[in-house]
Amino acid sequence: MSKSYLANHVKELQPSGIRKFFDLASQMDNVISLGVGEPDFVTPWNVIEASYHSLEQGYTAYTANAGLIELREEISKYLRDTFSISYNPEDQILVTVGASQAIDLALRAIVNPGDEVIVVEPCFVSYSPAISLTGGVPVSVSATADNEFKITPEQIETAITPRTKAIVLCSPNNPTGSVLSREELYGIAQVVRKNDLIVLSDEIYAELAYDEAVTSIASVDGMKERTIVISGFSKSFAMTGWRLGYAAGPTAIMQAMTKIHQYTMMCAPTMAQHGALEALRHGNESVREMKTSYRQRRNFVVKALNEMGLSCHLPGGAFYVFPSIKETGYSSEEFAQKLLEEERVAVVPGQVFGESGEGYIRCSYATSIKQLDESMKRMRRFVKHNSEI
Amino acid sequence: MEQKEIELLKLLEKNGRMDNDTISKMLDVAPVEVEEMIKQLEKEHAILGYSTLVDWSNVYEYEGVAALIDVKVTPVRGVGFDKIASRIYRFPEVKAVYLMSGAYDLSVSVEGKTMMEVSRFVSDKLSTLDTVLSTTTHFILKKYKHDGIIFDEGDDDDKRIMVTP
Repeated sequence: MSKSYLANHVKELQPSGIRKFFDLASQMDNVISLGVGEPDFVTPWNVIEASYHSLEQGYTAYTANAGLIELREEISKYLRDTFSISYNPEDQILVTVGASQAIDLALRAIVNPGDEVIVVEPCFVSYSPAISLTGGVPVSVSATADNEFKITPEQIETAITPRTKAIVLCSPNNPTGSVLSREELYGIAQVVRKNDLIVLSDEIYAELAYDEAVTSIASVDGMKERTIVISGFSKSFAMTGWRLGYAAGPTAIMQAMTKIHQYTMMCAPTMAQHGALEALRHGNESVREMKTSYRQRRNFVVKALNEMGLSCHLPGGAFYVFPSIKETGYSSEEFAQKLLEEERVAVVPGQVFGESGEGYIRCSYATSIKQLDESMKRMRRFVKHNSEI
Repeated sequence: MEQKEIELLKLLEKNGRMDNDTISKMLDVAPVEVEEMIKQLEKEHAILGYSTLVDWSNVYEYEGVAALIDVKVTPVRGVGFDKIASRIYRFPEVKAVYLMSGAYDLSVSVEGKTMMEVSRFVSDKLSTLDTVLSTTTHFILKKYKHDGIIFDEGDDDDKRIMVTP
């Protein structure tokens, strides 16, 4: 047998469950996809224009490693106005290639081999692999439907060991849409401070909260100095393909992240940074319109799912619903596969977001109301047919 | 006006055929309430009608032309431009009339089967009205966007891949 050139820690990584399902769905015709984790809107035109303008003006070279200073200033202003947390744009904000890179950099900057990092499942598929790639150990804590998929301080406390370094939080959450309230964050913050942990707060969906404004855990007393806020432009401004995100946090950590960034990525794309600048300066109206549309579609889908017998809580944010399919007797994967084969509706099986997602599916409502209406009709037929067996 | 009513109007403006059941789920109000809101908005003339935006260029063998006509008029004492505007907008060929600021007074949108039909309307009917001083006719060669809808986009395909994180 020939020698394997792959590093062991990469060989051990499991391929994403989402990828597997994508391969299956993409071979079929006439599929309505509720498996898309990104907005169905095109980036607002003024943002695209600003990027064109940037290229026309000849901005085709590198920017500072940490990003355009104007953009960092604008991000700083946004964080102050929206979450009441103030960061120095000079050395506490880093512009990254998507929020995903910010997560990777944050973990690489703080995790030593063997350090444990708590992840609250169900969660975004990349957290645990990103922790493993640093040599760290992901420790899963399950948020359950009984508590609207929210983690409690007691659950975190139980998972803490002397090796625990950090915890990754995501609110509003992908895939459940749960939003942690200010009070709930206070409780979590107490445990974090007591045990001297760092929080990676993934706030990429913060603009997409429908019932109450999102609180950043960094704004809770004593938390700013131990929180790395991760966010970006993908979800709120419909800019997923632009790959532009950012991190904000304590100077020492941000400098460490910038150091890794400068050796690995240099800087985020310049024209995308000019687009993002326009988005922050003049994009509010577009965000408001998109948000209204998502809220209406969320209401529609949650009602339709509950009516067909798939119990579903009303998520406070993001653009996903996470209904239970336990009543059907199928596993998440069986349900998703059969639904795809029989009715050509693609959803993501819940267990790809962690074990506690078993018994649930993730449906994205970031698609037209016409498609949502048709997909709900197909699902209703599927559930009815399968419950009669 | 309440926020829900504005949202309802925006939904119907985009799609006048959206059924009450869908609207009620989207706005999280009872279907009967949607019905009442619509009735009330119709009564208040906030909703004036339900129309379909047709791209006639995509209709097989349909021939038609449209023109925008700048009209200069002499305002009539006491009624200003309203009287002449009402004489113009009653012609069935006329699709829209606006009072404008600037170089001319009224902007008149006209549709007909042929260029000749529109020209005849302008020369025989519009120009001969008492207070009309002059007309300038611009034939529309191609519609790119109308009432907020982009024509001829060709593909409204979802450019996203089937399943994404």
